[in-house]
Amino acid sequence: MSAPLKTHPAESLPRPAGMAGLAADWASDQQTFKKVSWGKAMMWIFLLSDTFVFGCFLLAYMVARMSTTVPWPNPSEVFALEIAGTHMPLILIAIMTFVLISSSGTMAMAVNYGYRRDRKMTAVLMLVTALFGATFVGMQAFEWSKLIAEGVRPWGNPWGAAQFGSSFFMITGFHGTHVTFGVIFLLIIARKVWRGDFDTERRGFFTSRKGRYEIVEITGLYWHFVDLVWVFIFAFFYLW
Amino acid sequence: MAHTETHAEQQQHPIKLYLLVWALLFVLSFFSYLVDYFGLQGFLRWSLILIFMMLKAGLIVAVFMHMAWERLALIYAILLPPLLVLVFVALMVSESNYVLLTRLAFFGSSP
Repeated sequence: MSAPLKTHPAESLPRPAGMAGLAADWASDQQTFKKVSWGKAMMWIFLLSDTFVFGCFLLAYMVARMSTTVPWPNPSEVFALEIAGTHMPLILIAIMTFVLISSSGTMAMAVNYGYRRDRKMTAVLMLVTALFGATFVGMQAFEWSKLIAEGVRPWGNPWGAAQFGSSFFMITGFHGTHVTFGVIFLLIIARKVWRGDFDTERRGFFTSRKGRYEIVEITGLYWHFVDLVWVFIFAFFYLW
Repeated sequence: MAHTETHAEQQQHPIKLYLLVWALLFVLSFFSYLVDYFGLQGFLRWSLILIFMMLKAGLIVAVFMHMAWERLALIYAILLPPLLVLVFVALMVSESNYVLLTRLAFFGSSP
């Protein structure tokens, strides 16, 4: 990392905090998000747009469930499994939740080791995160095939309201796609970290620009968001 | 782009904090699973689901995504717009009730 150039001595003054800081940061012609690089700011803004996408999906599901005259299938029973002869309601979803939370934990630690410039630990923790993510997608594939085998289709199912299938495939499918892309994103960045790109200031293949360990945190933001969306899906679709 | 690096600040926090939040998320998820396992119903079920959901979401955003250490300018820019979705929810609840009543009136089947 190159040494900071103090070419604007006025900016080293402490910024006001609280509401005065909010007004000062947004006022006049300047960089609004202090302390935050363009990469991190843009990831946050992308995540905000993604929040609206998933918000609309969950809203559409709410409308379908509230306006149907046919009873909604009981998710507790639909997603139950027989394990060693015992009937466990919603057990697969609970395991998937724990897997995704664990992946978030390892990701948070990867960010920490990244800023310590611990190349190996960061790469290993990111790979563990990717492995948890792949496990999650695998369990989701199992869940989908089980439901399809039981006759759930986007236009109907054996237990009740036809909209159950379309809501389920739409919401979990979009979330699973996000997890899949997250795993690919993690693998790409983990490879760069492992190779030492951010220590040797190797230039990126597409951008021809030097990367920084901050990209680990930006990847982490995306990954935690995927976990965040699952919190809402788990609450509204599976538990409600 | 050397000048951006002077602004960017590293988010360095003790690993102990992450492990604590990780444990808390496990406990909260376990509690929300128990809500279903014990088959709680009605207002108690919905309020517990929402409380555990908001606690988990808050922990992830505040600690894992480091929002707690960002400046108010970014916090408000990211966290206030999703609140507007609640207006959309209110609109669609009213619309859903109307559709349900219309269906009952014209197709006659009871829910």
